[in-house]
Amino acid sequence: MAFDTEPKRDFKVVGRRVARPDGIDKVTGRALYGADMSAPGMLMGAILRSPHAHAEIVSIDVTAAVALDGVKAVVTGADFADAMDAATADVRDNCLARGKVLYDGHAVAAVAAASGAIARAALDLIKVEYRVLPSVTDVDLAMRADAPVVQAGRAVEVVPVGLSENVTDHCEFGHGDPEAGFAAADLVIDRSFTTAATHQGYIEPHACLASMGPDGKADLWCTTQGQWAVRTACSAILGMRASQLRVTASEIGGGFGGKTTVFIEPVALALSRKAGRPVKIVMSRTEVFRATGPTVASSIDVKIGMTKEGRITAGTATLRYTGGAFPCGTVAMGAQAAFAAYDLAAVRTFGWNALTNRPKEAAYRAPGAPQAIYAVESVVDELCQKLALDPLEVRLLNAAREGTRSSYGPTFEAIGLEATLEAAKAHPHYAAPLAAGQGRGLSCGFWFNFGGNTSVSLTINTDGTVGITEGNPDIGGSRAAISQMAAEELGIPYEQVRTVIADTSSLGHNDVTDGSRVTFAVGLAVIKAARDAIAKMCARVARIWGIDPEAVEWVDGAARPTGPNAGTFPPMTLAEIAALSFKTGGPIAGHHESNADGAGVSFGVHLVDVEVDRETGATKVLRYTVFQDAGKAVQPDYVEGQMQGGAVQGIGWALNEEYIHDAEGHLLNPGFLDYRVPVASDLPPIEAVILEIPNPGHPYGVRGVGETPIVPPLAAIANAVSRAAGVRLTALPMSPPRVLKALTAQG
Amino acid sequence: MVAVTLWGSLRPFADGQTVVEVEARTFKEVLDRLAEAYPGLRPQIERGVSMALDGKIYREAWFAEIRPESEVVLMPYMTGG
Repeated sequence: MAFDTEPKRDFKVVGRRVARPDGIDKVTGRALYGADMSAPGMLMGAILRSPHAHAEIVSIDVTAAVALDGVKAVVTGADFADAMDAATADVRDNCLARGKVLYDGHAVAAVAAASGAIARAALDLIKVEYRVLPSVTDVDLAMRADAPVVQAGRAVEVVPVGLSENVTDHCEFGHGDPEAGFAAADLVIDRSFTTAATHQGYIEPHACLASMGPDGKADLWCTTQGQWAVRTACSAILGMRASQLRVTASEIGGGFGGKTTVFIEPVALALSRKAGRPVKIVMSRTEVFRATGPTVASSIDVKIGMTKEGRITAGTATLRYTGGAFPCGTVAMGAQAAFAAYDLAAVRTFGWNALTNRPKEAAYRAPGAPQAIYAVESVVDELCQKLALDPLEVRLLNAAREGTRSSYGPTFEAIGLEATLEAAKAHPHYAAPLAAGQGRGLSCGFWFNFGGNTSVSLTINTDGTVGITEGNPDIGGSRAAISQMAAEELGIPYEQVRTVIADTSSLGHNDVTDGSRVTFAVGLAVIKAARDAIAKMCARVARIWGIDPEAVEWVDGAARPTGPNAGTFPPMTLAEIAALSFKTGGPIAGHHESNADGAGVSFGVHLVDVEVDRETGATKVLRYTVFQDAGKAVQPDYVEGQMQGGAVQGIGWALNEEYIHDAEGHLLNPGFLDYRVPVASDLPPIEAVILEIPNPGHPYGVRGVGETPIVPPLAAIANAVSRAAGVRLTALPMSPPRVLKALTAQG
Repeated sequence: MVAVTLWGSLRPFADGQTVVEVEARTFKEVLDRLAEAYPGLRPQIERGVSMALDGKIYREAWFAEIRPESEVVLMPYMTGG
């Protein structure tokens, strides 16, 4: 069911800016988020967290806490199951530590009590004896042979022997002979960069309500990007059968990858199991910062050679990422993405992951790509500056195209990078004049996009309306987009369709909402489910008319006779067929289950103008334009929202956001006052330019759009600031003190 | 025979090669033959891999068909945010 095998169609519903199905609920407060769920007899849970970045747990004495009036249960890591795969065991040990605490804020024990105040008071009565160990939070220091060892024995087989035990993973990608390429260059620049760990910054803290009965059956309501992933993790960690745990996803107040795993959910279940009562846990903002996933921190070396004409002759990059205190594979995606925008004869990337005493990394939009592409695009920009070349023309000259062997191996199918660059070149923004003290930056961005496991059920209601049950929490407008694609396929108005999100006991498995997959993969599944329902409706009509099913076709929401022997019958609409369904064989539904592939990679280009205050080092973003190949934009408002949101998060990452630790590994800024995300007054209007280059792997040409927009902003802003300041900035965030220091050093 | 391109850090486990040939018609057969011919690759395969077939990335599609002329590139298992 590829795009190029589909008949050409003029979309009637897809592409329209339809009303948000969740709009009224969200602006009136009717929408139920993670913390909104309550149950009779409910207890409140609270979690004791480590004050040390690295320490051995010598003992935990909960006697006094258990004795406190109103306390109903206390749990530690010993209350979780033992046997599970290594990745799930890491998730388990992140939820409640075993043996050692590995970062400041690592959970150690939890209490369920009649009120939150009692639970918090009980935490003070838990006596934990620690043996404090040396800690390390810097990735370069962690890779040194003399670094404190965060966890021993975690390196996979590809890591060479003799390195620090903190080094857990290594990867290498590329082709050609970089040294020969550098020798052919007119200019070679070799630079080192660092990026800070940043948090996804979702506005809704983690929250859940768990209720387990004495028979072991349990229900869990939580804010998550994937209820099946929650069920899989929690049932393993609790030692339960998956069928006995039903997980319901609440409305979600942002995730951006950070809610693709569990933190408090197994803890709430363990407390409920022990107390025999429902238990609710709601994280504070401080807990969210201290103990849920930031992205990786990185240290990166990039070397690129270029001719005087702007042709890149070779590129290499060495990426050192830390995903915190547990093994992390994000560096492999950074190493593959680093040079993806370029058609290169010689390219090589090397990736290393090292353990540090930081919170366990959780995915953040396009995990690993923004850091790597920031470093590469910064060096490309500096080469353009030094060779007096137009940075956009250089990118066009070197752009990956259909047929290019990508830097990570596969040959590209049809891709939209060149068209995106041409759109940027033709846009008035690129030619607009700049004043003194201002700079313009440009960067390409790339992300792989995924499909994944998806189940959809579509019911034809007897009044001619349609219900869709799907399993992915709606983060970016998927309920609207899925309803649109169903309406398009069935030939009925959008308003006739309602899409709801199922719990884990009501539908087949669905992968988490990640990888920019939902509009692509769930959309694909809903189209197939609609075609399944259409086939059944045509069969019913064929029996009513007394002709072969093959002699009935579906056109504009109605069954019609087709072919020379079909006879003459008036069309039967979906509503007419639905009204007769009980008489013609019973309810009508369509469904589809698959592991979708063919998501198609995505490219974007960002243009930004900034002004740097040379007295304070503060940067003001003046103008921002995003260009992205979105494939077919099903609901353009949401596509633009994704593009604008990615730009805003990238602006924060580039200019202000960072995890700041002291020498002992304590996190110093676990709150929005000291961890500064952009607010509306920091931002100019962000213009989104959508390019609709059909994805050949989807019947409507749909491509994922959610992650690519966070990739280019880091480099685009760094290039703009560097040009405005007259000095190359090589560390993120480019906070005012850091820019001022660079300006002062410049003299 | 199908030519399978490995990523660079797997080279030491495939007799120093980054392109190896196996007899396979599906994604799963590629993995099985690789693990048989180069046992050092088995841990990585068991942890999870993706595979690009003619430019399209597959994550767990055992029965994805491979033709002798297909471009087959082994990749780490991919996740998103």
